[in-house]
Amino acid sequence: MNAITPIRTPAEQALIGAFGALRDTGPAGAALEGLRIDGFSRFEASGLPHRRVEEWKYTDLRAMMREAKPLAGAPDASALLAAKVAVGRLPRVGGSRIVMVDGFHAPDLADGGSLPEGVTVSGLAEAMARRPDVAALLAGQPATRGNTAFALNNAFLTDGLLIEVAPGTEVGHALDLVSITSDGAPRLVTARVVVVVGAGASAGIVETHVGPAGVDYQKNVVMQVVVRDGATFEHGRRQIEGDQALHLSTLEATVGAEAHFDSLTLTTGAAVSRSQLFVRFAGEHSDVTLRGVTMLKGRQHADTALVTDHAVPNCQSRETFKHILDGEAHGVFQGKIIVQPIAQKTDGRMMSQTIMLAEGPSMDNKPELEIFADDVACAHGCTCGELDADLMFYLKARGIPHKEAEALLVEAFAREAIEDFGGGPLAVVEELREAMLASVTEWMRART
Amino acid sequence: MSLLEIKNLTAKLAEEDKQILNGLNLTVEKGQVAAIMGPNGSGKSTLSYVLAGREDYEVTGGEALLDGENILELDPDERAAKGLFLAFQYPIEIPGVGQMTFLKAAINAQRRKNGLDEIATPEFIKLVNGRAKELGISQDMLRRSVNVGFSGGEKKRNEILQMALLQPKLAILDETDSGLDIDALKIVADGVNAMRSPDRGFVVITHYQRLLDYIKPDVVHVLSAGRIIKTGGPELALELEAKGYADIVGKAA
Repeated sequence: MNAITPIRTPAEQALIGAFGALRDTGPAGAALEGLRIDGFSRFEASGLPHRRVEEWKYTDLRAMMREAKPLAGAPDASALLAAKVAVGRLPRVGGSRIVMVDGFHAPDLADGGSLPEGVTVSGLAEAMARRPDVAALLAGQPATRGNTAFALNNAFLTDGLLIEVAPGTEVGHALDLVSITSDGAPRLVTARVVVVVGAGASAGIVETHVGPAGVDYQKNVVMQVVVRDGATFEHGRRQIEGDQALHLSTLEATVGAEAHFDSLTLTTGAAVSRSQLFVRFAGEHSDVTLRGVTMLKGRQHADTALVTDHAVPNCQSRETFKHILDGEAHGVFQGKIIVQPIAQKTDGRMMSQTIMLAEGPSMDNKPELEIFADDVACAHGCTCGELDADLMFYLKARGIPHKEAEALLVEAFAREAIEDFGGGPLAVVEELREAMLASVTEWMRART
Repeated sequence: MSLLEIKNLTAKLAEEDKQILNGLNLTVEKGQVAAIMGPNGSGKSTLSYVLAGREDYEVTGGEALLDGENILELDPDERAAKGLFLAFQYPIEIPGVGQMTFLKAAINAQRRKNGLDEIATPEFIKLVNGRAKELGISQDMLRRSVNVGFSGGEKKRNEILQMALLQPKLAILDETDSGLDIDALKIVADGVNAMRSPDRGFVVITHYQRLLDYIKPDVVHVLSAGRIIKTGGPELALELEAKGYADIVGKAA
């Protein structure tokens, strides 16, 4: 049999070229270089994923990513100044604000006072050179490692952030992490954040991803979280990227014993986005809740792809994802729950619900339950439809105009995913919930 | 000018061919309470839904003039803005929409249509609390989602609360007595009676005469097979209670 030479798309060729240039001129440092080479070789073998790759069936990245933008370098003084102005316009949700510009930590843009006691933020490259334990945090779970977006993040990794919460620390306010992409010529941004929540600690992070409108920049962001035994981690995420952006995000969580992890994502931005969540239970008697609200209009495309791996017994997972689709938007929800043979007494429930505000949108749902244990409770459900005509009539019969009645019902729909987020000790959670609900209201108001 | 003038109204369910209203004529004057009684299937609820503008129904002929203006082409919210109010037979639960949010949206929609500024929050709360207290609606009910977890009687009282806040020109009460015990019936009737005024009209749709002991009608209409077949004073309701509908319906046919 003849060897097949794959035909590279222009984007793939550009990515291969960019890796070569980075290898020749980029920062040295054996640790990150090892990751880069590993990520690149995985990408080189697979190429960009396309619709015949099952996990990417509904997001044909090879077709959607026509070209790869040049790699973003560290922001210069004027980029930092512009970023400072733009970030300043975003109301802070949480305590201390940490800012990344084009994937690079910008300590001068920090805001909201010094970091809470017990929280440390380090540069990833520096920490990796200094400490042998950091490499393991970056390596990725088996499912993550095989993922092309993750591989590309590794291939172009030059630095990132390591955020650590000391064991037993209770951080009252979540960290407000803003990741902004500079205006100007579109570039490919690679951002990496690693979070370790120490044993018995409780902490939260609210990520906000933002960038210029009208610029077709590309962003590949990975957050890897380790929630140690007995710890609580609350994670909020606002993807409000510019309207032409391509946004790939991977959240990986490894959850220890008797730990709690709660995550809520609001997606309204980007032309094409994919939000991947890989969660693995590594200790018993833990619970994980993943929630999301995605609001799309025009020709926006957003794909949420979850893998929840019950690798140990006695854990609970809950997933609630809501899509609100207008125009000719395309929403995707793929949820996989794996229950390993030893993971008895697993309790998993997954729900995906969609409201169509027009005739044009489409929604793909793909639940996948792979259950290898015999004493488990796993359920999934999915709904998709218009707003209830009886409810609309009742509201309108009280004089509430059509658009406003729609907004009230959509807010109620979104609120179901948002309202019981958190529940832990974080003071910020209520603020975040309010901010997200306000975004839902604003999105509905902006509809024409 | 009459408050409401319905002329030769015909209507059917949008998805079916069978006519439910068959040339209905009805006039309600300002200050009047008009009771509409009739057997099951006579078209009472259809009349209320057609007037309020529910989409499942299709008007096939005739007109309904509110203050001289035909409302049948208007959207439900526009009819409400013109002063029409329907108290639902089965008030709908709206999970996730807070009662106060809903009431405020309704009041403000009406104020905007009338060129007024939105109501200030303290004024709004005071207004709602005052009306709610009169109707025995607890603070707990005001904190919940619209009608969610309300008993049948609470839902009906909640309809009257909305009516009291919106102060409509014409209120249609669709079997407001169904599912009410005597105490709740009195509270609801008191709420309605308190709103009787020379400028306002009521259409009270009911199966039973009992409600009319508490809300005294000026005129009683009998609806059968989609038409008003008899009109009289309050004594007509008593007669129906004693003899049933069969006699009158038989004569009309």
